[in-house]
Amino acid sequence: MEYIFHIFILIFIYGILAIAQNLVMGSTGLLTLGGAAFYGIGAYTAAILATKFGVNIFASLALAPILAGIIACVVGVSFARFRDDYFMLATLGFLMIFHTVVRNWEELTGGAYGIAGISKPELFNFTFQTPASFLLLALAIFLLTLGISYRISRSSFGRVLNAIREDEDALKIFGYKTSSYKLLAFTLGASLSACAGVLFASYITFIDSNFFTINESLLLWSMIILGGIGRNRGAVVGAFILIIVPEFLRFVGFPTEFAGLLRQFIYGSLLVLLMLFRPNGILGKYKL
Amino acid sequence: MKKELLLELKNVSAGYSGQNVIHDISLLIDEAEIVALMGPNGAGKSTILKAIFGFITHTGSILYEGEKIYPSPQNLVKMGVAFVPQGRRVFANLTVKENIEIGGFSLNDEIECIRRAEHLMHLFPILSTKQNEYAGALSGGQQQLLSIARGLMTQPKLLLLDEPTLGLSPKVVKEIFKTIKDINEDQKTAILVVEHNLHSLLPITDRAYVLAHGKIVASDTGGAIAGSDILEQVFMGKI
Repeated sequence: MEYIFHIFILIFIYGILAIAQNLVMGSTGLLTLGGAAFYGIGAYTAAILATKFGVNIFASLALAPILAGIIACVVGVSFARFRDDYFMLATLGFLMIFHTVVRNWEELTGGAYGIAGISKPELFNFTFQTPASFLLLALAIFLLTLGISYRISRSSFGRVLNAIREDEDALKIFGYKTSSYKLLAFTLGASLSACAGVLFASYITFIDSNFFTINESLLLWSMIILGGIGRNRGAVVGAFILIIVPEFLRFVGFPTEFAGLLRQFIYGSLLVLLMLFRPNGILGKYKL
Repeated sequence: MKKELLLELKNVSAGYSGQNVIHDISLLIDEAEIVALMGPNGAGKSTILKAIFGFITHTGSILYEGEKIYPSPQNLVKMGVAFVPQGRRVFANLTVKENIEIGGFSLNDEIECIRRAEHLMHLFPILSTKQNEYAGALSGGQQQLLSIARGLMTQPKLLLLDEPTLGLSPKVVKEIFKTIKDINEDQKTAILVVEHNLHSLLPITDRAYVLAHGKIVASDTGGAIAGSDILEQVFMGKI
């Protein structure tokens, strides 16, 4: 049973990340590879505050999104002139800088050794120690994120983000300062990703820089492309499938020496087939 | 009753990458009149609209209601100028209603925005029947009407229309020109229109400017331009 709880905790954490990625990339059309960096900023904020200052994870759930939002704001303003693939390359650069900093700033981040012993969240003398209790916490934050994202998608702000995705120049004709909207979407996405990072650090209780590489950003891309770009439920479905499928393949009974490779092969093939036969994704509004 | 001067261009030159496409353009638009900009491809018609709306930089002076302005889309929308670009540029994955509402950004008032959108639905009944459909599912003519309706959300004093009938069938072209005339008469909106479709446009215009090689080569009433041979000379490359 604990194994199932574990899988669902991961689904909720990655669900939050996929919803954040969908807000930035799916709704607004900003091709970003920086998702893993903001996820990492959340995780490291929680880890550092918990292990060095004894700060409760719930406080980190408030502080990390603010810190990630401030960093995203600075990054977003710096990258405001870039569009499409240039923006993507700039965010890749940011991810590489983040990775280099956390890997080399040993006093603060533990460098290659990472940070161990991260505490579990505590609320009114109750510690979310068991997988079942942590699952409820992860579910609550996931639902909160989904609610925020749903409200955004139904608001006039959400409509403007969709219009930016479709034709940013046409939108400027009506007096919109589109750079401000893009910056706000990027910042919100970063803050939500940081929430997922806090949850992850507290759940695993150990982090190092290898959790926050470009592979993680590409996994988020895969989730929203598979589930369907531009839809919250698509992001959630994508996260669900891409967490469940590799776990399910563990039980197929491949020879141990090939199991890892075969899982990757099947996983990759599924994505290729989907792009060939349903480029909008399972529930998607748009093609990439 | 004498009409007030709304927009004046004095010796405006503009272009792309440091190369001027239009040279020393001077023209006038009074309130509530329809003015046409005509000429062959590459004459600089759309460039004039882009310079007026601040999409490209210019030299010379642009005066709006008697005051010199330094155009940007944000400023002009607030001043009461709307631009309907070439190629319709509707947001295909938003509904018709959402497309119209998005045109009312500068109102900064969501309730007023919804009220005006409903009013425009009455003016454009075909859009009203399709208000919850995606704009991408509309025909070319319907998309053009949507594009014009979206431009009217701010109840502009001046509407800039760039090739509103491009690629549309003759029946739809007639409908678009009727709509333009109705807007002008009912809402007293001045309209500056760039158009290829001379025979349909000239009868409804108060004034027309003919361009060749980035310069104005003739200006007169629509009727006088239609009766002269200037258009033939320009389109046959004799000027």
